[in-house]
Formats: sequence, C-alpha cells, structure tokens
Amino acid sequence: MKAVITVTGKDTVGIIAKVSAKCAEHGANIIDISQSVLRDYFAMIMLVDIDELNVSFSDFVDSMAALGRDSGLVIQTMHEEIFQVMHTI
Amino acid sequence: MLNTADILETISMIREENLDIRTITMGISLLDCATDDPKRLCDKIYDKITKKAEKLVVTGENIEKEYGIPIINKRVSVTPISLVGGELSPEDYLNVAKALDRAAETLGINFIGGFGALVHKGMTRKDENLLSIIPEALAETNLVCSSVNVATTKAGINMDAVAKMGSIIKRAAYLTRDQGSIGCAKFVVFANVPEDNPFMAGAFHGVGEGEAVVSVGVSGPGVVASAIKRAGDCNFSELADIIKKTAFKITRVGQMVAYEASRRLDVPFGIVDLSLAPTPAIGDSVAHILEEMGLEQCGAHGTTAALALLNDAVKKGGVMASSHVGGLSGAFIPVSEDAGMIDAVASGSLSIEKLEAMTAVCSVGLDMIVIPGDTPEAVICGIIADEISIGVANTKTTAVRVIPAYGKKVGESVNFGGLLGHAPVIKLNECSPERFIARGGRIPAPIHSLKN
Repeated sequence: MKAVITVTGKDTVGIIAKVSAKCAEHGANIIDISQSVLRDYFAMIMLVDIDELNVSFSDFVDSMAALGRDSGLVIQTMHEEIFQVMHTI
Repeated sequence: MLNTADILETISMIREENLDIRTITMGISLLDCATDDPKRLCDKIYDKITKKAEKLVVTGENIEKEYGIPIINKRVSVTPISLVGGELSPEDYLNVAKALDRAAETLGINFIGGFGALVHKGMTRKDENLLSIIPEALAETNLVCSSVNVATTKAGINMDAVAKMGSIIKRAAYLTRDQGSIGCAKFVVFANVPEDNPFMAGAFHGVGEGEAVVSVGVSGPGVVASAIKRAGDCNFSELADIIKKTAFKITRVGQMVAYEASRRLDVPFGIVDLSLAPTPAIGDSVAHILEEMGLEQCGAHGTTAALALLNDAVKKGGVMASSHVGGLSGAFIPVSEDAGMIDAVASGSLSIEKLEAMTAVCSVGLDMIVIPGDTPEAVICGIIADEISIGVANTKTTAVRVIPAYGKKVGESVNFGGLLGHAPVIKLNECSPERFIARGGRIPAPIHSLKN
C-alpha cells in the first residue's frame, strides 16, 4: 500500500531532509518526490510505500502532521486510494 | 500511476472547495425489539443501537484521518418507531424518543432519525399516538429527528394526515420558541419517502432493509461551482459535461468511504446518496452554482432550468461512480443552510413560489424555510399539500421542512447555528385554504397515462 504526503508552505532550506528523515524513522520507503507551485504556495508531493511501517498508519499520519506544525509547514498524509478512485475508472 | 495534477486537484477540492463526506449513516432495524412492555422496549432499543453502532464514530474519524477527507456527520437511522413495539400511549412514545436521544448521546453521533410513521394511506391507532407526541419529542430531545410520509404516487395523498401536520409543526415551534423554534428543523413531511436516505431530518431504516446497513451522503457544491467558473462561458452541452465529470469524482470518494466504513464496521454497504448538500459556509452553496451558470441571483427567471440541468447532470455523473445509488440523490435547496439562498430570500429575488417550482426538478423539497410565526395551521397544511402533490404527480420524492418561527415576522431573521444556519422570514400568500384542508379523506392516486 502507498500513501501520498503533501508538504505545503514557505520554501526553506532542509524541508526534504526533515520529511525524509521522519519517513525513514517510521519505516516509510520513499518511491517518488515531485515539487510544484500551486497558485501561490510551494507544494511538494511524496509517494511512499507504507507496507513496512513500524507504527500504525494513523500514528504515521499524526507524526507527519506534528512535524509540519513544528516546522511551520502543512504536511498531510493521505492513503493513495482516494486519488486512484477519483481519477481512474 | 498517479500524476501531480490529479493529486493537487483532489487536495484543492478538499482544502479550498469544501469537498467533504456529509454523513456516514448506519441504519439499524429495531423490528426485533418489539415488546408490549414500554420500559423494556426502551431498554432494548437503547441496548441494540449502542451495541450495533458502538464503533461508528471512531471508524468515521479514522477514515477521515487516513484518507484526508473530512467526514462531517456520523448518524444513525432506525426503523420508523410507529412500527416497533406493541400498543403504546403517547407518553410511552415520548419515552422511546428519549431512549433514542440517550443512545445518540452515548454514541457521540450528530443525529438519530426514525421517530416517525408511514401514513400515506391511513393511520393506525399507534401512528396517531406517535404523531400526537412528536412536538414534545422534538422539544425534549436534542438529537432525535422525525419524519412522516403522508403520500405516495401509488396511494395518493392522505389529507387527514396532512391536516395534522400544521398543528404538529406549530406546536413544535411553540415548545422550542426559546431556540428560534428549532424543533421544526428536526421534522420533515414526505411524499414518496426513500427508505435508505442517509440525510436528516428524513433518514430512517426502511422495512425492506436488513439488520443493519451503512450508507454515505456526499456533498461538494463548492467543487461544482469552481469547475463551472473555470470553464467560463461554455455552452450547455459542455456545462452538463463539466458537472457530470465533477459529480463522478465526488461520488467515487463517497463510494470509497462507504466501502471502507462497511468493511471496518462489518456491516453491509447500502447506498451512496449523491446529493449536492450545501452548508452556510461561503463556497459551499447550490445557489452559487446556479449564479455561476449565469443568473444574476438565484430566483431569477431561468433558475428552474438551471437547477434541472444541474440535478440531471449530477445524477448522470454520480450513477456510474457508485455500485449502488439511492436516498435522495440530487441537489438540495435548503434555504437556511445555503449562503446564496439566504441572500436571495433576503434581497427578495427568491420567493416561496419559486422555491416550490424548483422542487419539481430537484431532490427533496421546501427545506429549512422560515415562515412567519403567526402563520395559521391551515396555511402550513396548504404548503404541505401543494408540495406533496408535486411529488405524487411527478413520481418523485418531495418534502416540507418549514419553521414558523415563534414571534417572528417577515423582515426578521432566525439563527439556528451550525449546519442548520440562519434565514430571513419569507413572505407567504395569506389567503386561507382552511375549507379545502378541512374536507378530510384522501386525494386519489394520479393516473400515469394520458401524460400532459
């Protein structure tokens, strides 16, 4: 199973490092990373494999959100299925 | 494989355009709670609901968190209470309503629906006892919703039941006069009521349903309005296509949430209700969709055509996205719960007559409309008879949820707070239908050939 992590906020040094480190801490394997600018804010999207998580998915969601709050970013982790169902038939 | 644009579109829909799942509703059969002992009946009902739906709220919250989609309400609907139990007095029924309320409080859900009766052809003594206590039940509970089906296309209209509705609504308004007559916001009168509707106040668990079932109501007027805005001045075929595609995406999320809730709760999946349900929040309005289509304000001539197009396209897009579609499925036009409708009534652009016409082409009916507190009972019955006739003649669901706000006159407004919103008091035709309503009996079922 995979999850999509979106990171939005002001661009600063070390965002990818922080988010990647937290993923590694919880056993989430990063598959893909892309950056984009949506309207006026910076957005980074990561696709991660969550099969080997060492915490529950729910706790992983909380942990990533907490990292975002501490770093002045919005980090949202969503199960990839919501994107699949909405955009594929 | 996912692409960035799709991911950003979904996130933008949720964060900026108010896409949400309006409700996960668990329907629970209470038919096996039947007993002649009123006290034991209340205990059995409380126990069954709190056991069956024990994990409803936590499951909803977990799905919300893991998929990143807000789920606004968690609700329970039950078998119409007039069908449950033995011979009960009005006071016994009031105790059942309180037991439902306690169960809802224990579960932490937002509403519980089903304190009602199906009286489209006639009323049993039990039905009459239940109807007589509805105002007190609405006033003395917080979370209990009530609905009564007074007509079907096959049975015609039970005008004896319609004649009772005026006094029920007026008394509920009086008993809850300190809270803007909010009791009436929890009561709805139906024609052709669907048995699997997850939306309140009309949700109940139909007699043809199984032991328990999970249904989901989607929302998303803001998403549709934004898509139309981005498309600019396209023609009607293109407009319908845009709405269909958007409705498809919204409904797919609803379907996913419904399946996931069903799996986690180990309760069968019922239906997805693909309604566009507005909230008073800016950017979550059905009226604004109609205005985005090119109407100066909702209520302008052309509103009914715009709404018909919207309603049809939502259904066409949604039907393919879900394996089972049901409930009310269409566009809702509740006045107090829709920022654009509120503005349109306040400015005088939208009248009750226009709202009635709009209900002929969309789901539900005259919904969350605040009328003067001194409106006579017969006039309320007349409003109901008109609206119910539209449903019966057109083989569709219609309903009436009006609030004769105690002590309020045209020009004043009432604030219910939360999702129920606020609304100005709307002007009514003051001529009396009293002699017409007083005739009693049934209006015969309509013929469905010789269509004109």
